[in-house]
Amino acid sequence: MKYKLGTYAVAAVMAASPVMADLVFPSLSYRTGPYAAGGIPFADGYADYFTMLNERDGGIGGVMTRVLECETGYNTEKGVECYESTKGEGSLVYQPLSTGITYQLIPKTTADGIPMHTMGYGRTSAANGEVFSHTFNYPANYWNGASGAINYLLEQNDGDLNGKRVALVYHNSAYGKEPIRTLQELSAKHGFEFKEVPVDHPGQEQKSQWLQIRRDKPDYVIMYGWGVMNQVAVQEAANIRFPMENFIGIWWSGSENDVLAAGDAANGYKALTFHGVGRDFPVFDDIQTHVVDKGNAAGAGDQIGTVLYNRGLYAAMLAAEAVKTAQEIHGEMDITPAMMRDGMEALEMTEAKMAALGLPNFGPEFNVSCQNHGGTGLVGMTQWDASSKTWSLVSDFAPSDMDVIGPLIAEDSEAYAAENNITPACN
Amino acid sequence: MFYREAGDYSTTYAEDQQTFPIRFDRYRYYIVLFIAIVVVPFVVNDYWVNSLLLPFLIYAIAALGLNILVGYCGQVSLGTGGFMAVGAYACYKFMTGVDIWWGGELLFRLPEFNIFFSVIMGGVMTAIVGVLFGLPSLRIKGFYLAVATLAAQFFLVWLFNRVAWFYNYSASGQISAPERDLFGILITGPSVAPWAAYLFCLIFTIASAVIARNLTRGASGRKWMAIRDMDIAAEIIGVNPLRAKLTAFMVSSFFIGISGALFFAVYLGAVEVGEAFGIQKSFLVLFMIIIGGLGSIFGSFAGAAFLVLLPVALKVVGVDWFGWPTDIVAHLQLVIVGLLIIVFLIAEPHGINQLWRVAKEKLRLWPFPH
Amino acid sequence: MNEQLVYTFEVIVNGLMAGVLYALVALGFVLIYKASGIFNYAQGVMALFAAMTLVGIQNGQVPFAHLINAIFGTDVHKFGWSVHSFLAILFTVAVMVLLAWMVQRFVFRHLVGQEPIILFMATIGLAYFLEGVADLMWGSELKPLDVCMAQGNCLPQGMNGWLDNTTYDAWGTGVFIDNLDIVATIVAAILVIGLIVFAQYTKQGRAMRAVADDHQAALSVGVSLNFIWVLVWSLAGFVALVAGIMWGAKSGVQFSLSLIALKALPVLMLGGFTSIPGAIVGGLIIGVGEKLFEFLIGAPFLGGATENWFAYMLALLFLVFRPQGLFGEKIIERV
Repeated sequence: MKYKLGTYAVAAVMAASPVMADLVFPSLSYRTGPYAAGGIPFADGYADYFTMLNERDGGIGGVMTRVLECETGYNTEKGVECYESTKGEGSLVYQPLSTGITYQLIPKTTADGIPMHTMGYGRTSAANGEVFSHTFNYPANYWNGASGAINYLLEQNDGDLNGKRVALVYHNSAYGKEPIRTLQELSAKHGFEFKEVPVDHPGQEQKSQWLQIRRDKPDYVIMYGWGVMNQVAVQEAANIRFPMENFIGIWWSGSENDVLAAGDAANGYKALTFHGVGRDFPVFDDIQTHVVDKGNAAGAGDQIGTVLYNRGLYAAMLAAEAVKTAQEIHGEMDITPAMMRDGMEALEMTEAKMAALGLPNFGPEFNVSCQNHGGTGLVGMTQWDASSKTWSLVSDFAPSDMDVIGPLIAEDSEAYAAENNITPACN
Repeated sequence: MFYREAGDYSTTYAEDQQTFPIRFDRYRYYIVLFIAIVVVPFVVNDYWVNSLLLPFLIYAIAALGLNILVGYCGQVSLGTGGFMAVGAYACYKFMTGVDIWWGGELLFRLPEFNIFFSVIMGGVMTAIVGVLFGLPSLRIKGFYLAVATLAAQFFLVWLFNRVAWFYNYSASGQISAPERDLFGILITGPSVAPWAAYLFCLIFTIASAVIARNLTRGASGRKWMAIRDMDIAAEIIGVNPLRAKLTAFMVSSFFIGISGALFFAVYLGAVEVGEAFGIQKSFLVLFMIIIGGLGSIFGSFAGAAFLVLLPVALKVVGVDWFGWPTDIVAHLQLVIVGLLIIVFLIAEPHGINQLWRVAKEKLRLWPFPH
Repeated sequence: MNEQLVYTFEVIVNGLMAGVLYALVALGFVLIYKASGIFNYAQGVMALFAAMTLVGIQNGQVPFAHLINAIFGTDVHKFGWSVHSFLAILFTVAVMVLLAWMVQRFVFRHLVGQEPIILFMATIGLAYFLEGVADLMWGSELKPLDVCMAQGNCLPQGMNGWLDNTTYDAWGTGVFIDNLDIVATIVAAILVIGLIVFAQYTKQGRAMRAVADDHQAALSVGVSLNFIWVLVWSLAGFVALVAGIMWGAKSGVQFSLSLIALKALPVLMLGGFTSIPGAIVGGLIIGVGEKLFEFLIGAPFLGGATENWFAYMLALLFLVFRPQGLFGEKIIERV
């Protein structure tokens, strides 16, 4: 019998001694607290991908990777502690996984020169790279999500939403309020009626909110929820027999966790996404052989292929690709955070690249530039099948309405620039 | 041997009544102050300031404030998080210039306050709100009052989340502190030097402690304690319960407001009200003063230190030294904190302060206890 | 019928049912407070712990699997069996009784005669401890809870569907009632009646009331305080389990379950900390009050999400007129 904690300790001591160079990826995960159910699979996916790179390829470009996990519990103060304690270890890119911590770290990472990647969360206007030099939120952000949902509905209604009613059920916090502006603009543009229905944290009780929906009879409901709120909302929607195919969640409301509790009643529920679902990708075989079968999986290994695991894996893959790009640009294998930033800014994801990685069609094609840190903003739609317990992609990754989102991003980022004396520039 | 009052003569009343009548205590106090003000700023780095010292100093102010209300005046409050939020939002509004609207028109806009005065205004506004929510305490007592103050907690958080004026109509409802300086030295914003943030908070912490100490041993403090020990009896001997309770709410909220303002402006720099000032914060500060010791200035500091440092220490030991998985450490952390609280209470129900007092008594007699 | 009227009626019905669920949580507080003067902050975490234990036993999870794997490098997760709901509930009750005994033996026996705030603090320590242990034991991921409701393994075939269809439209009036709420209401009602009968007509129940009235006097007539306290903690644990099942069935078992305690606090304030009927009536008033306010005033005029604070404000309003709660014992102050 091997004493694993003992070996961990030895490994930690060895890792602490600066014998070999490595690429450090801090993972500010939350495996405890109110959102643990969502945080665990993401953190597992993130860690497993890097473990696989180490085991299979011997790291990235011959340099081993190291994931520094730090528990935040979705708590901003702990997130700050995590950031301060890991930034000195040569951390290449931060993925704070929480809106609160993101807002914290935007100025801090900029001052410290470390890039931050907030994939599908965080501050939407960070897509403007001229103002937010070290923050990236490719491939899609909340406003893309809102617009993507509306575009999908337009498609369903032959391009006409006039007179339709759309309700937004949202987590009453910074995160949940993000899409409101976009949806208001879109409602003016397409002539649908828009109604907000806030749900307070944690969202265990949503009777009144769903009663409002029964009374107002919206044609479609969009949800920006997180944590227990998702499960309860799906359950309540099922209870009032709201047609599930007209109920669309943002990507944080579209994991297995959110629909399993409601059982068969959740069948047909839809959620936006910016990456592939399921485990029919070659890369998972590699993870199985190189990570899980060797007993190196971060979790129990049963999360593979779930939506949030895939998302963590996707984040890790994008980070690894950015490292490769940076290595090419600078011709150096052991890169610094500054080089990493250049790599992220020059990142280009093509179908050929993803197929070579064993992830064909896993995400949208996009490229990042100095002006645009947000990618192309392509979003897809997934649907839940309760009988087979799987999510499946029901639409291609489609563009969102940048005519509406572009000005909003410009406006918000300019306000930030003015407040913090930043001169928007590209260098 | 070292710690005793023998040979320590007081020749004036002032000397007799000072905070630290024993010479050794006094010197220790001066040395601590000297180290905190002169030595620490030169040796600290980002990690120490942002992860340990700032939260400690800021929570110490909040604990001082709450201790005045709970420990000295006996009014249990669970509204601390909400009051800290008032401090934070007031500070934000004053540092970005308060704009008053009437009927859709801008009536006037105050100039932007200096960060120092913004923090003070945070305290003042909170004091006003605190008095308002202190009014029910005249009728409601004990745990009923504790739960009643939760009304303040939930209402204030909802209000700051709902009314866009408080967060200057930003898209997400977050407030973030712009760069501000004091005498040309940056105090808020990302590029602030660690020593500057530390010293800025330290000034407020020391001032709060001195004010709290002097208030609590003066007339108002005695009135508060009379109310705490038995309010009817206090009323009969001539303490006005309305004034005593409301001043306690006012002073306490003032300190809590200051700590909320510092928490937002200096420590975090950007907050979201529900997450940063939720009900958890109210409980956390209450835990601090109970663990530290009710009705004691030192206890407020000890409790804040205990609850700020212990989780970090456990994390460092578990994750960095032993390399255990972070989630196991996080769960063990809960178990250990819980066990420590229980063991502490069984060993010494009156908190760290009482332990300290007992230790001092022992020291006085050491090495000849009989 | 007028549509607005129908909805208002539905709000009231839903409010009543939500109120029953709040009352269920509040009951746990009242039981312990009445018998021992302890304001048990850990009640919410106890509900979480009970529900997690129930699911863990049902699914045949190995307790502390994660910790064991980390220490010994093994790879155990499940025993490979699943236990019937009914048996699992029995096991969980046994665990809660054991927990009650341990709490009494290792914590509160050492704290007899301390001030209320110290006892309150000890329950906070207990809450931390239990939360950590629950996570270590069963893991902190989301677990769907399935007791009778979803599969219909308790009710006869087709019963669930029939119930569902009947209550969806409540006999053609357009009022919608959630199945789960009906079950919860029935269970809560049975529980309350059971508790009252137990307290009124059994020997232990009478002893319990005696202790609640006066510790010293109860001791002097030969009531064992230790036994009674273990008994009330067990009962509170049982109530926590029921509350955990009811809430967990809707949202799955996860950390947020421990936050339901916050829903019970205004109920306690309103009903009084020491009264079982108070908890029920308080729960109903809070449930109906907050739902009506949200529906009629909060959502249309104040931007919604007002339920949380309104419950407390409502309770505060009541307290200003009756400082001891609606059914609390009259506070008599002497100098």
